[in-house]
Amino acid sequence: MSAIDCVNAARSNDRPTAVDYITRIFGDSFFELHGDRRFADDKAVIGGIASLDGMPLTVIGLEKGRNLKERMERNFGSAHPEGYRKALRLMKQAEKFHRPVICFVDTSGAYCGIGAEERGQGQAIAENLMEMMTLKTPVLSILIGEGGSGGALALAVADEVWMLENAIYSVISPEGCASILWKDSTKTAEASECLKLTSKDLFKLGVIERIIREPKTVDSVMFDSLKNLIAQTFKKLNAYDTETLLERRYDRFRKF
Amino acid sequence: MNTSDIFNFLKPKNELETQGTEAEPENRPRIPDELWVKCPVCKIPVLSSDLEENFKVCPKCGYHFRIAARQRIELTVDEGSFEEFDAGLMSTNVIDFPDYTRKLKNAKLNSGENESVITGIASVGGYKTVIAVMNSEFMMGSMGTVTGEKVARAFEYATENRLPVIVFTVSGGARMQEGILSLMQMAKTSGAVKYHSDAGLLYITVLTDPTTGGVTASFAMEGDIILSEPKALIAFAGPRVIEQTIRQKLPKDFQSAEFLLEKGFIDAVVPRGKLKDTLTRLLALHGAEKTDGEAADNERN
Ligand SMILES: [Zn+2]
Repeated sequence: MSAIDCVNAARSNDRPTAVDYITRIFGDSFFELHGDRRFADDKAVIGGIASLDGMPLTVIGLEKGRNLKERMERNFGSAHPEGYRKALRLMKQAEKFHRPVICFVDTSGAYCGIGAEERGQGQAIAENLMEMMTLKTPVLSILIGEGGSGGALALAVADEVWMLENAIYSVISPEGCASILWKDSTKTAEASECLKLTSKDLFKLGVIERIIREPKTVDSVMFDSLKNLIAQTFKKLNAYDTETLLERRYDRFRKF
Repeated sequence: MNTSDIFNFLKPKNELETQGTEAEPENRPRIPDELWVKCPVCKIPVLSSDLEENFKVCPKCGYHFRIAARQRIELTVDEGSFEEFDAGLMSTNVIDFPDYTRKLKNAKLNSGENESVITGIASVGGYKTVIAVMNSEFMMGSMGTVTGEKVARAFEYATENRLPVIVFTVSGGARMQEGILSLMQMAKTSGAVKYHSDAGLLYITVLTDPTTGGVTASFAMEGDIILSEPKALIAFAGPRVIEQTIRQKLPKDFQSAEFLLEKGFIDAVVPRGKLKDTLTRLLALHGAEKTDGEAADNERN
């Protein structure tokens, strides 16, 4: 698939969203938690506690919504500062109770609006980056659709970062890039190539550890194998003492 | 209109779709060599030598002209005390991005610098400190891998040597031409700041006009104490991006330093002429090491 095909696939409305992953992988064990305890409950971020083969874990996702009504409620997966603060609250809680954190990332970017700026969008993202770097529990982030710049990274400072085969992860949208480069926002195909935003490119650059193969139509086989991979990975990460875990995490990002 | 059109119509714009339009904010007039300079705010002509003496602040209305990183260092550190780190570190076109090699070359020519940040060690009011100064003249202070590397190394040096850090920010955001690697600098620098902070060391940020995007969403907002120059634009998403998103005009002083002070995101707005004294006071209050080797806080003895 070409880069622009990946961009279109990653943005497709038919694509499973974070809620689908949570439901298919954790089933009824997922208990949703709400709010950042400071301002509001941002529905672009879904979070809670779940169990994986008897192991409790904290689950956080950027959720775009699966139909028009949900999409509007969830602001199309573009979080406000309170969304990032809600995620951080749940991560701190995970640290307290020694349970690993899994993040499902799918957003075209952090929201840009008056309220978001007034309440410190930049500060909220910055705080997540700092705090996640030394969170004393394993963190795994999976980019399932769009990984839009700082708004995605704010949930992806992790011990391992994985990508679905057709997901994308980029510092700027192809439209934005094209309009700067060629003053023409329709040249998205060319811009997508330049940005190196596909899972293959990012694996080569060492930005992700694993690519999750996508079947033509999403089936339970994919979710089951993903579930096994997640369980195995947390088993591996849980075996590190905290110092080693955090050193590895720092080095993971320090190398770029 | 099919469903996907409806989605596209309703879908809010966000940082990704429009971020780039802010990457090169409107050029505020720089000071030419002529004798008289017209202040862009109060429109009154000012003698350029007067302007120089006044830290490039308009003596009539207080407008802060942008200044280059070297001059900022001159204004801030004790004379002759600055020792630069990693001056030779230079970006390469890692992801083979169109036109980036030429852009880098031009940026070097225009700014006379190798990157968008200068780092080093200096004394400020007699106190030893690590300092990093971003440069708007180098690709509008955008953050590439070398920018991030120099900032991270400066923090690591400060952590190892138990020194405070002062960072002057000015940035249009992430450097698109380095793709995802530029995004990774946000995590890298934040990590270095976090370890410095966990070691109990002081970090002061001084935000200058404009500080936006990936720098705002990382080390600019991570200081123990955050200062800003008056009227500086401080934003995650720049005003034009937001206006396109919400389809309305923003209030006049939205995202100004004064606005952020009111909203609780910065500690103080400090005019350029008072910055050095303010930094000196803050370093003293945190028991910073004197350059002659004595601890600053006599009270402790
Ligand atoms: Zn003036």
